[in-house]
Amino acid sequence: MSANQAAESNLLASNQQKELEDLPKDCLLSTSEDEGDSDGERTHQKLLESISSLNGKDRQKLAERSEASLKVSEFNVSSEGSGEKLVLSDLLEPVKTSSSWAAVKKQLNRVKSKKTVELPLHREEIERIHREVAFNKSSQILSKWDTVVLKNRQAEQLVLPLSKPPSAFAPIEHVVSSWKAGTPLEQEIFNLLHKNKQPVIDPLLTPVEKASLKAMSLEEVKMRRAELQRARALQSYYEARARRQKRIKSKKYHRILKKGKAKQALNNFENPAAALEELKKLDKARMMERMSLKHQNSGKWAKSKAIMAKYDLEARQAVQEQLARNKELTQKVRAASESEEEEEGQEEEEEPLVPDMVNGVQIKANGLNPWMLRNHFSDAKEAEVQKDLKDPAEPEAQETSEIEEERAVVEEETLLKEFEERRSLRQKSELNHMAEPVYRRVTKDPSSQEVLSELRALSQKLITENHQSGKQERSSARTAQREEPAREEEEPVLLQRPERAQTLDELEGLGREGCVENKELPRTAVEGLQLEKNLSNHIGAPKEKKRKEQMIDLQNLLTTKSPSMTSLAVPMTVQELEDREEKDQWHMTKEAFAGDDVITDFLKEKREAVEACKPKDLDLTLPGWGEWGGMGLRPSAKKRRQFLMKAPEGPPRKDKNLPNVFINEKRNIHAAAHQVQVLPHPFTHHQQFKRTIQTPIGSTWNTQGALQKLTMPKVVTKPGHIIKPIKAEDVGYRSSSRSDLSVVQRNPKRLSIHHKKTSGE
Amino acid sequence: MDRGPWWATFNGLHRVRHDLRNLACIHTPIPRNYDPTLHPFEVPREYIRALNATKLERVFAKPFLASLDGHRDGVNCLAKNPKSLATVLSGACDGEVKIWNLTRRKCIRTIQAHEGFVRGICTRFCGTSFFTVGDDKTVKQWKMDGPSCGEEEEPLHTILGKTVYTGIDHHWKEAVFATCGQQVDIWDEQRTNPICSMTWGFDSISSVKFNPVETFLLGSCASDRNIVLYDMRQATPLKKVILDMRTNTICWNPMEAFIFTAANEDYNLYTFDMRALDTPVMVHMDHVSAVLDVDYSPTGREFVSASFDKSIRIFPVDKSRSREVYHTKRMQHVICVKWTADSKYIMCGSDEMNIRLWKANASEKLGVLTSREKAATDYNQKLKEKFQYHPHIKRISRHRHLPKSIYSQIQEQRIMKEARRRKELNRIKHSKPGSVQMVSEKKKHIVAVVK
Repeated sequence: MSANQAAESNLLASNQQKELEDLPKDCLLSTSEDEGDSDGERTHQKLLESISSLNGKDRQKLAERSEASLKVSEFNVSSEGSGEKLVLSDLLEPVKTSSSWAAVKKQLNRVKSKKTVELPLHREEIERIHREVAFNKSSQILSKWDTVVLKNRQAEQLVLPLSKPPSAFAPIEHVVSSWKAGTPLEQEIFNLLHKNKQPVIDPLLTPVEKASLKAMSLEEVKMRRAELQRARALQSYYEARARRQKRIKSKKYHRILKKGKAKQALNNFENPAAALEELKKLDKARMMERMSLKHQNSGKWAKSKAIMAKYDLEARQAVQEQLARNKELTQKVRAASESEEEEEGQEEEEEPLVPDMVNGVQIKANGLNPWMLRNHFSDAKEAEVQKDLKDPAEPEAQETSEIEEERAVVEEETLLKEFEERRSLRQKSELNHMAEPVYRRVTKDPSSQEVLSELRALSQKLITENHQSGKQERSSARTAQREEPAREEEEPVLLQRPERAQTLDELEGLGREGCVENKELPRTAVEGLQLEKNLSNHIGAPKEKKRKEQMIDLQNLLTTKSPSMTSLAVPMTVQELEDREEKDQWHMTKEAFAGDDVITDFLKEKREAVEACKPKDLDLTLPGWGEWGGMGLRPSAKKRRQFLMKAPEGPPRKDKNLPNVFINEKRNIHAAAHQVQVLPHPFTHHQQFKRTIQTPIGSTWNTQGALQKLTMPKVVTKPGHIIKPIKAEDVGYRSSSRSDLSVVQRNPKRLSIHHKKTSGE
Repeated sequence: MDRGPWWATFNGLHRVRHDLRNLACIHTPIPRNYDPTLHPFEVPREYIRALNATKLERVFAKPFLASLDGHRDGVNCLAKNPKSLATVLSGACDGEVKIWNLTRRKCIRTIQAHEGFVRGICTRFCGTSFFTVGDDKTVKQWKMDGPSCGEEEEPLHTILGKTVYTGIDHHWKEAVFATCGQQVDIWDEQRTNPICSMTWGFDSISSVKFNPVETFLLGSCASDRNIVLYDMRQATPLKKVILDMRTNTICWNPMEAFIFTAANEDYNLYTFDMRALDTPVMVHMDHVSAVLDVDYSPTGREFVSASFDKSIRIFPVDKSRSREVYHTKRMQHVICVKWTADSKYIMCGSDEMNIRLWKANASEKLGVLTSREKAATDYNQKLKEKFQYHPHIKRISRHRHLPKSIYSQIQEQRIMKEARRRKELNRIKHSKPGSVQMVSEKKKHIVAVVK
C-alpha cells in the first residue's frame, strides 16, 4: 500500500511541476505593469537598448550571460531592476512598503516550501502496483462466494441444476415460422400448403374445417361429445372386463362360463325364432364334430392320455371327459316338445354303443358329464355303487330314478358344490394332524368309558352287518339311502385301525363338537376308492374280493403314516392340546439329540480350550549331559526338575466364574481380516467411528422416512438436464448489472496504452 | 423370519400377500415392529450387504459406451454445445472440425476449418455458433447449423492474426472471446482487432480459460512453467505462479468461483484457490505421464484428466488419489477430455483419431429407474460409503485392472518416490537440527508466486 501511495504522490508532484512551468509568463506581465510609472526612465533606457540591439552585433552580446541574468533564472525569479544594487536593508524592509517586491517574495516563498520532484517510477513497478490493486479487488469480489461454497460443500444434498430451466420445447408455430424452406422440394411443399391455405399457426385448421366446425351448434357438439365420451368409456370398460375375464386362469371358471352360456342358449329356446337359430348352431357344431372327430380320442394328446390311463386316474378321467364331450356334441338335437321318456329310451339304446372296455366308467347317457357326476353327486353315487355291489341284476329302475333327481339339480350348483368340496378337502388335509388328537381324546375320556364300550360293541355289530349286507338284497332305494351315512362313516373306519374306527362311530353317536370334522376327514381317500370300485364294477370281477384287497392296501398306507399316535397321552382341553404340542416338540428335539450329551460336551470343550490357553512349562533337559544316555535311559528326575522352566501364571480367565460361558480370549484372525485396523481420516476418536458403523441404515431397522433421510444421495442430478455453472442469482446474490464488455470499453485510454506497449514489444 | 399365519405359507397366497405389501409400501405403510431385539446382528448383516453391493458394483462396471470414429488425424480439441447435450464438436490435427450427435453416435457435419492443426475450439454461450483457431494464424467463426441446401460451407467471420493462436475460449455471458498465443487477446465479436491485449513475460501461452462464475476472470498457462490470472475488466494480469514444470491447461470449477485445477507435465494436477496461489489446495497424483487436459464435472465435485499415459482418470476435488481409471487397448495418448453438461458422461479424444464416450459412474445403470431401483441404489451407495474403510471392501472397490505399462510405471515411481523420501529423511537426520526442513508435498512443486 505504501508503495502505492508513494506512486500517487509522485504523479501529483509531476503534475504540479507542469503548473509551475506555466506560471512565469503571468509573472512577467504583472511585474512590468506594476512598475510602469515609477521606473519610466528605466523602461525608456531598456527600449533604447533593445533598439540598439536590433543591430546584429549587439544582439549577440546581449545573449551571453556573465552573471545572474536579467530575464532567465533557474527558479523563475525575474531580476527586474538589476541596474540598481540590491541592498540587504531593502530585503529586510516590510513587504508592503515596496509593492514592487511582493511578487518576488511570493515566488521565493513558494520555492522554499517545495522539494525537488522525484523521478517517475519504472514502468514495471507501476504495472506491478496495478496488478496488486487489481488482485486485491478481485479477491474481494471472489470472497463473497465463500459462504456459498462452504454451504454447498457441507450440504446434505445438492440438487442440480440449481435453477429451473425454462421449458425447452418451443411451440410448433415458432419453430415453423423461423424455419424457411431451403431445398426445391421443400419449396414445392410449401407452395402446395399455401395454395390450400393451410395455416402454419395454431389452430391448424383449414378454412373448410373451420366452416364445418361453425356449422355445428354448441349444444349439438356438446351432446355429441358427451355421447362419444360415454361410448368410449363403455368400450374401455368392456374391454377391461373382457381382458380381466380372459386373464382368469381357472379352467373351471371358464367351464362354468361356457355352461352358463349354454344355459342362456337353452333359455333362448323359449323364443321360437331364437330357438331355430340355436338349433342351427347346434346342428352345425354337431356336423363339425362329426367331420373333424376332434373329440374321438384320436388326437396326439388323447393317445398319450390313453397310454397313461392305465396307471393314472386323472388321465383316465380326462379321456372320459373328452369322450363325453364328443357324445354331447354328436348328439342329435331335438325339438323341446319331445318327452323325457323318449330321451331316456334313446339313452338306453345308445348305451351299448360305447365300448365299455375303452371307457372304463359307465357313461350316463343323459348328456351330463359322467366325470362330474361322479365327483359331485358322490352321495348318490355311493348309494348307487352299493346297489351295484349288492344287486347287479336290477340296476335299471333305481338308476332312472336317480337320474331324475339329478336332473333336478341345476348345473351351476353342481359345479359350485364341487368347488366347495375341493376346498374343504384341502382344508381337511391341512387339519389332518390337528384333528387326530381329538379322536384320541374321545377314546380315553374316562367319564364316557362305559358308554363307549357299549357303543363299540354296537358298532362292531354294525360293521359285520354291513359286511354281510353285500350278500343280502335290499328292496328299496330309500333304505339304501338311509344306510348311506352309516356307510360313509364306515369307510374311514376301514381305513384305520379297528379301535379308531369304533371311536369314530361313537363320536357320531355322542354328537360331540369336532366330530363333524372327523367324519369328513378321510373322504378323499374314500372317493378314490369308490372310483376304483366303479371301474371294477363293469369288468365283472369278483367285487367283494377286490374291495377287501383295497381295504388292506389303504390300511397299510395309512398306518405307516401314523406310527406313534396311539402311544401318546391324550390331552383334555384345547389348551392342553397346545401344551401337548409343545411337549411333543420338546420330545422330538430330545429324540433328535438323543445320542449326544450337549452339556458335557460343552464343558469338555471348555476345559480343553482353557488348557490350551494356559502357558506351557518348558522342559530344557538334554538327555546324555552329565550322565549316560541312550535307549531305555531317561534323564534323572532331579535333572528334569532342575531344567523344567515353570511358566508364569497368566491372568485369571474372564469366564472363570461363569460355568455356562466360554469366552475366547484369543483374537480371531478370521474376523480381524474384516476389521478396520487404523482410525480412518475424518474421524478423531474411535468411539465416533464405532457409532457410525453401529447405526444401521437399512429398512429392516428404520422407518420409511428415516430410511429416506439416511440414504439420501449427496448430489442429485436430473438425467438429460444441462447443469450450468452457478450464478449469483441462483444463490440470491445480486449480479453486477454492468457487463464486462462495457467496462472494458469504458477505459479506452488505459487499454490503448497497454496495447501500444504490447505492440511496441 | 415372519412368515405370517400358517395359511400364508401357501404359495399363491404368499405371493398375493407379498404383492400386497409392495402395494401397501407405496400407499399405506404396513405397521412393522422395529424393536431392535427382533432384528439382531445389524452390523454384520449390513456389512455383508455392503460387501455384496461393492462386489456387484465391480461386476457391473462397464464404463465404455461408444467410440466415435471418423477423424483422419489425432483429435486435438473438443467442445460441448452449451444448449444441447447431444452435440459435440471436435477439431483434429489435420484442420478438420467434426460435429457429432451423441445419441446417434454419428458425425453430422464435417468442416475443413484450417490448414494445419485446429488448436482450439469453443462454442458461443448461446450455442448458435462456434469459434476455431488454427495453425494458419486465423480465428474463424462458424454457424452451428449446417449450411442450407446449395450454400457453401463458409465461416461467418475470419480474423487474420499476426501470430499463431494456440487456444481460444468464449466468455460465458457476452459476445467476447479470448485467444492466446504470444499474448492473451480479448476480442469483441464485432471487431477485427482485439479490444485488449494482456501480456506478462515473453513466452507462448498454451491455453486460456474464462472463469464460468465470475466471468471477468481469466486463467492462462504459458510454456515458461507459469500460470497467470487476468482480470478482463481492469485489463491487467493479476498474479502468476511458477511451478516445477509446464502446465498444459487449466480448468475452473463451475460451482466454486475461486477454485481451478491445473494439469501439469510433472504427472500431477494441482487444485488452487486463486486467492492463495502459494499453496495448492490439493495435489492430485496418480498419472504416470504428463497430464494433457482436465475438465470439471458440472457438479463441481469431481474432474476428469487426460494423460499422455493413454488413460483418463476421475478425481474427486478433495482427494489426492483418483477414484477411477479408464483405458482401452486401442486408446493412445489422450489429448483432450470433456465432461458432459448433464454430468453423466465423459468424452475423450486421443491420438488414434477416435473420440470415446464413457460413463462417469462406471457401474451406473442408464435409463429410467423405478423408484425401488433408485431406493436400492441409494441404499447400496450409502452402505458402501459407510463401510468403505473396512479392508475387504476397500480392496474390492479399489481394484482396477491396468495395462502393463501403466502398472509397471506406477511400481517404478513408487520406488523412486520412496527413495527420495528416504534420502530426505537421511539428510535431515545427518544435518544440524533445524537446518534442513521437511517440505510438504503441496509446497514442493511451487517455485514462486509473482505479484
